[in-house]
Amino acid sequence: MSDPFIKLHDVYKSFHDTPVLRGVSVDIAKGEVICIIGPSGSGKSTILRCINALTPVDQGFIQVGSIQVTSKNLDMVALCHCVGMVFQQYNLFPHRTVLQNVSMAPIQVLKQNKAEVTERARALLDKVKLGHRANAYPGELSGGQQQRVAIARALCMQPQAILFDEVTAALDPEMVGEVLTVIKQIANEGMTCVVVTHEMGFAREVADRIYFTDGGLIVESGPPDEFFANPADERTRSFLSKVL
Amino acid sequence: MKFFRALHERGGINLTIFYDPFDMSRFIHGLYLTVVLFLICAVASVLLGLFAVAFLTLPYRVPRAIVRGYVAFFRNTPPLVQIYFFYFGLGALVPTSRNAYGLPVAMVNNFDWALIALSLYAGAFNVEIFRAGIEAIHHSIVEAATALGYSKAATFLHVMVPLAWRISLPALSNNLIELLKTTTLAYAIGVPELLYVSNQIWSDNINTFAMMNVLMVVYLLLVGVVAIAMHRWERVLKLPGFGAAR
Repeated sequence: MSDPFIKLHDVYKSFHDTPVLRGVSVDIAKGEVICIIGPSGSGKSTILRCINALTPVDQGFIQVGSIQVTSKNLDMVALCHCVGMVFQQYNLFPHRTVLQNVSMAPIQVLKQNKAEVTERARALLDKVKLGHRANAYPGELSGGQQQRVAIARALCMQPQAILFDEVTAALDPEMVGEVLTVIKQIANEGMTCVVVTHEMGFAREVADRIYFTDGGLIVESGPPDEFFANPADERTRSFLSKVL
Repeated sequence: MKFFRALHERGGINLTIFYDPFDMSRFIHGLYLTVVLFLICAVASVLLGLFAVAFLTLPYRVPRAIVRGYVAFFRNTPPLVQIYFFYFGLGALVPTSRNAYGLPVAMVNNFDWALIALSLYAGAFNVEIFRAGIEAIHHSIVEAATALGYSKAATFLHVMVPLAWRISLPALSNNLIELLKTTTLAYAIGVPELLYVSNQIWSDNINTFAMMNVLMVVYLLLVGVVAIAMHRWERVLKLPGFGAAR
């Protein structure tokens, strides 16, 4: 990999003396889909949150495209234009309709033309099969529907990469599929995706590479077939034996 | 008018405000002052509360300390003492000009002082009401705004205020009702609001009991209007899936 799109180098992060990341380095190429798996508290979500600067790092270097995330004068708008995020709890704005949720940030933050953004937002809602709920409020939708709106909201910013933070963990089993289908579709269209997930089958199916984290370190990484068939590290084997 | 005159002469219930033009006009003017005092103080105290709570969300120590000091001062002292403090204390320091007859006229009159004191008093409570609203918003919603590129100020304006406002409305209604009732304290510095003019009227006509009843009914209706309006507003702003299930 000559020129990674997302680059983390030796990233350290502690919360109140509890180390969460202890020297994490990851290189992600443009268009690559990577899944990060690992036990709770191993730092998976923190890696994502460091990439889009929701969590400031203690030490290390992060770059996304030409944006230095760890730089002091980070342009947050440029970064958010470049990297979108989808959360475990959807985090839609309850006081805005579905359509407004999807279109408000491009209009208010990126200052794009309202009519164009609205048109794009409608197209994205159609894409996640929620065009008919454009005027509903998030509270009127099921969890799976809300999560698909959240994905459309991330896409409407026209990002070059999307971070998915355990996006199916709060969903009923029957809704997991509809959300994963949307993510699969986006991944197949060439979007750079960083997916933190507990869905091993999904990871195996869509990921170009799988990273396994434990204790704030990346223990092991590799293409899914290799990773699931012959995990090299003892911790990976023990984790996989529990979840597979 | 004839009816109320007859009610006085035959029934012994003397409601001068309904047949005596002078009393009627004083009473209406008092009612008008009470409503104006309330409306201006309500708007001012809400704006004050919003600005102050915005300072509280900033990561700077000094503005936060100023807001906390303000809240402590106005919450920990009686409103009547505050009105006296402003009118007799600070009022003495304000320069006076002279009117056409050469008499001294205060630059800030008693009505202005009542406006200032009551706005600051109600505003202090509004700060705490809005703070509760802000703190009830789950931080993950704020995080979502940050991840979409919203600045702190834009997040406050577009996400936190609309949500906190809805959470705060019931408590805000309480405080505004309290404010409406507290306007009667302006009586103490001679603002001719409803209670003041009623006192004048019952002193002139010795119809204390009748006027007391009038006062009670008028305040009951005034507060009723505020309570109903605020409740309507709550219902209009109600969001599906946000707040109490119904």
